[in-house]
Amino acid sequence: MIEMFFNLDIMRQSLPLLMGGLWMTLKLCAVVIGLGLVGGLFLSLAATSPRRWLRWPAMAVIDLMRALPPLVLLIFIYSGLPFAGLEMPAFAAVAIAFLLNNSAYYAEVYRAGLESLPKGQWEAARATGLSMPQTLRHVIIPQAVRNVLPDLLSNTVEVVKLTSLASVVSLAELLYQANMARSVTYNSSPLVLAAAIYLVLLWPMVRLVSRYQRKLSI
Amino acid sequence: MTPMLEVAALEKRFGDTTVLRNINLKVGRGELVFVIGPSGSGKSTMLRCCNRLEEPTSGSILIDGKNIMNALSKNLNTLRLQTGMVFQGFHLYPHMSVVRNVMLAQTLAMKRGKAEAKARAMDMLDRVGLAHKADAMPTELSGGQQQRVAIARALALDPKVMLFDEPTSALDPELVGSVLKVMKDLKAQGMTMLVVSHEMGFAREAADRVVFMDGGVVVEQGPPEAIFGNPQHERTRAFLSRVSSH
Repeated sequence: MIEMFFNLDIMRQSLPLLMGGLWMTLKLCAVVIGLGLVGGLFLSLAATSPRRWLRWPAMAVIDLMRALPPLVLLIFIYSGLPFAGLEMPAFAAVAIAFLLNNSAYYAEVYRAGLESLPKGQWEAARATGLSMPQTLRHVIIPQAVRNVLPDLLSNTVEVVKLTSLASVVSLAELLYQANMARSVTYNSSPLVLAAAIYLVLLWPMVRLVSRYQRKLSI
Repeated sequence: MTPMLEVAALEKRFGDTTVLRNINLKVGRGELVFVIGPSGSGKSTMLRCCNRLEEPTSGSILIDGKNIMNALSKNLNTLRLQTGMVFQGFHLYPHMSVVRNVMLAQTLAMKRGKAEAKARAMDMLDRVGLAHKADAMPTELSGGQQQRVAIARALALDPKVMLFDEPTSALDPELVGSVLKVMKDLKAQGMTMLVVSHEMGFAREAADRVVFMDGGVVVEQGPPEAIFGNPQHERTRAFLSRVSSH
């Protein structure tokens, strides 16, 4: 039993493969989280805009992306779109699919933060001659982000976990490489090692979210 | 001499409801004009039209002789520097220290340098008696102190007119005096002020003129002795007796 799951020799052998996978996972996270935080912010600003022509399309995109399972979106982009002549490498397909999904989730978090601010903050800023972009940048967004920081972080944890779905389209990220190592070695230890790596990566973030939430509830 | 602020034929409609009808009033240079009236009389909406925080339906708002209704929205930000506004709910920026609250619009809207803005902010905080709180966060201050910081924030932009929207209504009674004192000092220094408030005692004592509004119109206006001592209209009398009875 211990041989099958906690074989240190096999873990050591598969380590280079898993490190390559981890690197890919981190690259994917950097793209999806980085661009997602920015894209989500713009989506949420559009979704809370008083202008209907901005608000409605933004809300439609957010709703659609939150209702669509990310795996369906990924397989559609990777395997469905080539039928329309649109073929792309696995990394691009995964990045686009998860970015769309994830921007919508970030947008919902931001939106809660934006809507939690009293109208007086806008009025005070505008009354002192600040322009709309200045008001957003210096008064509204900093407060909105601060109010939803635990939720942004919590969503980020979800994104890291989400990236393991990329193994479905053979992107050589952490889970894919671990599963590869398992099938080569006929041993489950690489999977245990991969799980441990995810744990080490995410546990501090989960802890941080809990601490924030406790602090806010005081 | 042209008045510092002139509201002429101001109308404001929300959909089918008319909340302001043919409002005309003037605030001379260095004058303190008080607007009183029952809640829902449109006095706050009128005040908020003076810096176009509320967009008037028609009429004109002249500040120092210039009609701000003609301004494109692009230029509105610059025009708003001429009117300092103080709100019932203070609306300080809670994520910035007191001094940064007073500096923000100076650096962004007036393009003052950091050092100049800071010096000016400290001057203004000193004027409202709160220089020692410059590095505090707004939440560490009492309501009265927050409102005085809000006044300093508006003053730092060298406005031509100060607009006060029920500045003491959200304050505990024992904190009202400190804010009224700042307003009295401002008047003594020659600031032009338009004040919407329920502080009748202060109006009697400090106002140059009192405007009584009801149902979206100006019912009567005149010196405080006339409005409080000898009101000409039944609605004014009814309102004043209601207010003084409690």
